[in-house]
Amino acid sequence: MSNPVIELRDVKKSFGPVEVLKGVNLKVNAGQVTALVGDNGAGKSTLIKGLSGVQPYDSGTILFDGQEVDINNPIQAAKLGIEVVYQDLALCENLDIVQNMFLGREELLQKTLDEPSMELQATKALQSLSVRTVKSVRQKVSSLSGGQRQTVAIARSVLRNAKLVILDEPTAALGVAQTEQVLNLVQRLADSGVAVLIISHNLADVFKVCDDISVLYLGRMVTQIETTKTTQNDVVGYITGTKSVED
Amino acid sequence: MTNSNTQGLNLAAQEIASGHEGGVMDQVRAYFSRVKNGEMGALPAVGALLVLTALFSSLSPYFMTKLNFANLFVQAAQLTTLAVALVFVLLLAEIDLSAGVAAGVAMDVFYLSTTFGVPWQIAILAALGVGVILGLTLGFFVAKIGVPSFVISLAFFLGLQGVALILLGDGGLFRVEVPEVRAIMNNNLPIWGGWLLLIIVVGVSAGMGFYDRYRRTASGLVNRPVTLLLIKLAFMTLVGGGVIYVLNLNRSASVKEISGVPIVIPIVLVIIFLGTFLLDRTKFGRHLYAVGGNPEAARRAGIKVVRIRITAFVITSTLAVVAGLFHVSRIGVVEAAAGRTIVLSGVAAAVVGGVSLFGGRGRLIHAALGAMVISIIDNGLGLLGLSAGISFVVTGTVLALAATVDAVSRKRSGGSKHK
Repeated sequence: MSNPVIELRDVKKSFGPVEVLKGVNLKVNAGQVTALVGDNGAGKSTLIKGLSGVQPYDSGTILFDGQEVDINNPIQAAKLGIEVVYQDLALCENLDIVQNMFLGREELLQKTLDEPSMELQATKALQSLSVRTVKSVRQKVSSLSGGQRQTVAIARSVLRNAKLVILDEPTAALGVAQTEQVLNLVQRLADSGVAVLIISHNLADVFKVCDDISVLYLGRMVTQIETTKTTQNDVVGYITGTKSVED
Repeated sequence: MTNSNTQGLNLAAQEIASGHEGGVMDQVRAYFSRVKNGEMGALPAVGALLVLTALFSSLSPYFMTKLNFANLFVQAAQLTTLAVALVFVLLLAEIDLSAGVAAGVAMDVFYLSTTFGVPWQIAILAALGVGVILGLTLGFFVAKIGVPSFVISLAFFLGLQGVALILLGDGGLFRVEVPEVRAIMNNNLPIWGGWLLLIIVVGVSAGMGFYDRYRRTASGLVNRPVTLLLIKLAFMTLVGGGVIYVLNLNRSASVKEISGVPIVIPIVLVIIFLGTFLLDRTKFGRHLYAVGGNPEAARRAGIKVVRIRITAFVITSTLAVVAGLFHVSRIGVVEAAAGRTIVLSGVAAAVVGGVSLFGGRGRLIHAALGAMVISIIDNGLGLLGLSAGISFVVTGTVLALAATVDAVSRKRSGGSKHK
């Protein structure tokens, strides 16, 4: 097996006297969906902010494709191919799907917007994820449902040739059918060879799509375990601190 | 692997459309469903134009005369330019209440420069420079410091009135003796100039329309039915041709002939064309709409939000100075009180035309149509011999109505939830 796309070794982060990450290890492999679970305050957000470059870690090692790298700001993260899909999606409702997918990185032809090229690439990105729920790429985002918006946000990371996509609570605000669609999408994203790290409170979802599960408890990684080798009850135990890994 | 992939592509290709598919009737249906969902665009303004024209034509024998027709366009030119100027800040959900008096002060600078013997071309540049500086300052306060634009531009509105008084002194009106400037609103193109203008406008529209189609075809994308483009061009030719035909008739009541398209009209058309090009086809325009729609999303996408905001304020106050120039050209004088009331008519025009006060929605051509509506109201009520009081009441009511329609249609289309 080749190197994981991203590997964290003993990363630490403190805010003043409060130690939020107390030496965390994490591996995310290409083509796999890894869950990051943990109770509120366990350090999930801090861990993600370090990976996305918003809030660099204090110490520890980051390996990207086996190479040691520094991630000190969002631009470095983006250059490596790390994309974060935030919970509140960061889409402009007054713009259409193509415009949103290319926001901030519009393609130009003779200094004017190259609409046909962008429309084509956006369509292809959606097609590569076998998206069927979107009727037209020129729809305004305001006319889309929550699941469709999530789809657009995820497809945007495909367009950027992301190697690691971090999804922050992708199904939190969705109904049953839409959750199903988004989870299928996450699966296809991983199938295309992308490493996916998904933060979720919903263990049913986690067990449905994730290949392995990493559990944070008060700033420590309790375990990173293959989904098939554990149960929901055990994971709840890890999250709440009533169970720990013996071996 | 490759095989199943391409198959997937083809399958999905049929399912994800671009809105360009289908025949003429499909497109018409799609348009009406967008209208139903709150994207009304210029529809209310066009409706109002037709109703008001019919109303005033039946009420006043002077409304549908050749002279008034030309007058209407000249009167509307100034308001159109101001409304177009304001669109740039309105798209950001900001406002510039000082645009009118800023233009007034800039024209005072223009006038004073000419009295010191500065050539009029340079005096105009100086006036535009005043617009740029005021826009930069205002934009700095709004974008960098975070003062609400309503408050800071109100402060500018008051302060600049004082500056105008200081520059010109207390007394009265000052004649502007620059024939080139007076010509803008008072002189006309030769007859052939009007027709040439029509050919250029239709030619440029056709050229851009067919170029866009060619680019889509070359990329393998579907195009809308060509009939739609042809209908649009035919409509432009017909309406534009009609307007130019009437303007080319002799509209003088005395012996001396007055005919032709007023010079200001091609200038306004160029402003609208360049502005629309900037908004629709450049990165800056796209980013302006994005910041207006969701500033946080724009920031995360790497857009320099502060720079976009400041630039919008600069464009607004600079274009407002052009509107001020048209005003001075028409009345031939500068005065310290200039520009105090027109800014609200400008906002009214933009909103009536369908530019949203909540940001992110609206086009320059909408603002131009809205300016036409407000101008017709002004002109028509004046012809009926009604007092200025009535005119203010009616314009105010129209603005309130338009803002209500704006709020309601925003709700219906889901609304943007940015803070």
